Amino acid sequence: MNDTIHVKTMAEFTASGETPEILFWVGCSGSFDDRAKKITRAIVRILNHVNIKFAILGMEESCTGDPAKRAGNEFLFQMQAMQNITTLNNYNIKKIVTGCPHCFNTIKNEYPQLGGQYEVIHHTQLVQELINEGKLKVQGGEFKGKKIVYHDPCYLGRANDVYEAPRDVIKSLDVDLAEMKRSKAKGLCCGAGGAQMFKEAEKGTKEVNVERAEEALAENPDVIAVACPFCNTMMTDGVKHFNKEEHTKVLDIAELVVKANNL
Amino acid sequence: MISTIVFILLAISGTVFFLYNAKKVHRNIFLGKQVNVSGNTSARLNTMLRVAFGQSKMATRPVPFILHLFVYVGFVLINIEVLEMVFDGVFNTHRAFFILGSFYNFLIGFFEILAFLVTFGCAVFLIRRNVVHVKRLVMKELSGWPKMDANIILCSEIVLMSALFLMNAADQTLQVKYNDHYQHCGSFPISHFIAPFLSGLSVGKLIFIERSCWWLHIFGIFGFLNYLPYSKHFHILLAFPNTYLSNLNPKGKFTNLDSVTDVVKPNFDPGYQPVTDPNKPERFGAKDVFDLNWKQLLDAYTCTECGRCTSSCPQNMTGKVLSPRKIMMDTRDRLVEVGKNIDKNKGTFVDDGKSLLGDYITNEEIWACNTCNACVQECPVNIDPLSIITDMRRYLVMEQSSAPNELNGMFSNMENNGAPWQFSPADRANWVNEAS
Repeated sequence: MNDTIHVKTMAEFTASGETPEILFWVGCSGSFDDRAKKITRAIVRILNHVNIKFAILGMEESCTGDPAKRAGNEFLFQMQAMQNITTLNNYNIKKIVTGCPHCFNTIKNEYPQLGGQYEVIHHTQLVQELINEGKLKVQGGEFKGKKIVYHDPCYLGRANDVYEAPRDVIKSLDVDLAEMKRSKAKGLCCGAGGAQMFKEAEKGTKEVNVERAEEALAENPDVIAVACPFCNTMMTDGVKHFNKEEHTKVLDIAELVVKANNL
Repeated sequence: MISTIVFILLAISGTVFFLYNAKKVHRNIFLGKQVNVSGNTSARLNTMLRVAFGQSKMATRPVPFILHLFVYVGFVLINIEVLEMVFDGVFNTHRAFFILGSFYNFLIGFFEILAFLVTFGCAVFLIRRNVVHVKRLVMKELSGWPKMDANIILCSEIVLMSALFLMNAADQTLQVKYNDHYQHCGSFPISHFIAPFLSGLSVGKLIFIERSCWWLHIFGIFGFLNYLPYSKHFHILLAFPNTYLSNLNPKGKFTNLDSVTDVVKPNFDPGYQPVTDPNKPERFGAKDVFDLNWKQLLDAYTCTECGRCTSSCPQNMTGKVLSPRKIMMDTRDRLVEVGKNIDKNKGTFVDDGKSLLGDYITNEEIWACNTCNACVQECPVNIDPLSIITDMRRYLVMEQSSAPNELNGMFSNMENNGAPWQFSPADRANWVNEAS
């Protein structure tokens, strides 16, 4: 595996008078969280592999405002949104791929009303498109025949009805895709959404991520596939709770594709 | 003749009293703020036909779906027979619709089978609630009146159906013994099992039974109609407008607060024209029912407390205090309280020092939510508890500054660093040069 990845910022594109095909919206988790940064690099490896001209905003990117919006801080959300919309519109951005379902939902559904109209897709949708168009040829590699369960992120699934693209990508890896008892529209939250990621849970009998990890582990999978950096954190912690981290890995779909194909 | 007059008076007073209460409910719902639900007529009709008429969202839980389908279809179709009962009541006829001939016999037989299925469905529902104790049907927000309400509804339906069977049993016996008035018609696949028990009775007693059951059914129908506005059972009517007015946007799209946009946007766009009236400043978010929009209040009256929302809520199933069903029940209870206040004070609301958030719903419930939309997805009549929770969070954050401390920390990180954590914006692209 070649360790170098190639990334240019929008500022660099503009300076050289070029226009990228798509903007990669990295997101705060993908930028700062050590585990999520690996997912970000996996997404870039796929983009590099198929030679897509993409840009990031780099230091000009700021939080979409999603956790503020879900927590009820509409002022802060709109400040963040309008700041980002100003940046995106100045660069005349048309198409965005996000590494996080929360960024995806916010930019796709909540930015238009504030003046930000873009075509927005989630990275699992982009990977599926690339496979369908024949631009990305994939094989199962180390995952061939392995049992994988997919955990639907709420903000990709129920919030935006994207259930099949992530599954299609997983299936293309020649694996045994299993479904949890609660999946797709009935999928159970990992426990992070609604700004819960940033606070302690209220008093109860169990943590939500433990409940969900228990359900996933009941399928005895080799991998729990996720498509959201927050779900990744919650499911990883849940698997550790049951001391199953040696047996069951928690991996983003982008990482599955990269690892299976040595991208 | 007297019975005809009594019947007509009953029909008129039953209808008028229902309309009087329905008007109050209508007034209460429109205490809510305006919300734009215009347009998309075909998509709305489609949703209503699919979700309310077609019961599409019930199907994910097969056992209650089938039982509810019996009761729903039975209830709707048996009301066709009630039309005949009303006609007979007004014109003192016996089974006037027999002019339909053999088709009439088929219909009456079909209705008896439906009535049996309704009775069966209601009986199983009673067992699920009171014997098997299905978890979502015995949770603590149902103790007291809500539990009683459910049992009253189910028992009433069983009584209504039993009256129908007993009436038909007496009727068919009279058709043999006294067919001057009781002309020979109908088919009775269920009640003919009851008829042999009545065969020894005199014509007078049989007429007494037949008439009593007829009156019981008629009184039952009007009683039931007038019970609806006080009961969770109102869903049988409101499910239709409520699904018609469903949110057609992706579930992840939360409402935009225009009043906030009017404050924030001029900083970015000096030419921006505000859309809200600066002379009528609105509260940010919701503290009481007046701060919710009327669709949210219609949701509250539509809720039949089935608890599918709560049983799918990740926070509720892990023992937290949040229950989306309770949010809807509290909203209705508070709205009813406000309505009574208005009635008592000649049409105006006199501040009672209470509010939905605080006296009914606690902050702990509001902050427990994952905004995962499971409750919205589950609701068979497209109620949206999440929108109420979100509006209450907005109130707590923007009017009260009383978010949990950790969230305040997250807010200030976002303001200062452009990320919910305390990282420098300058480090945002460090991942590019780190090892995979």
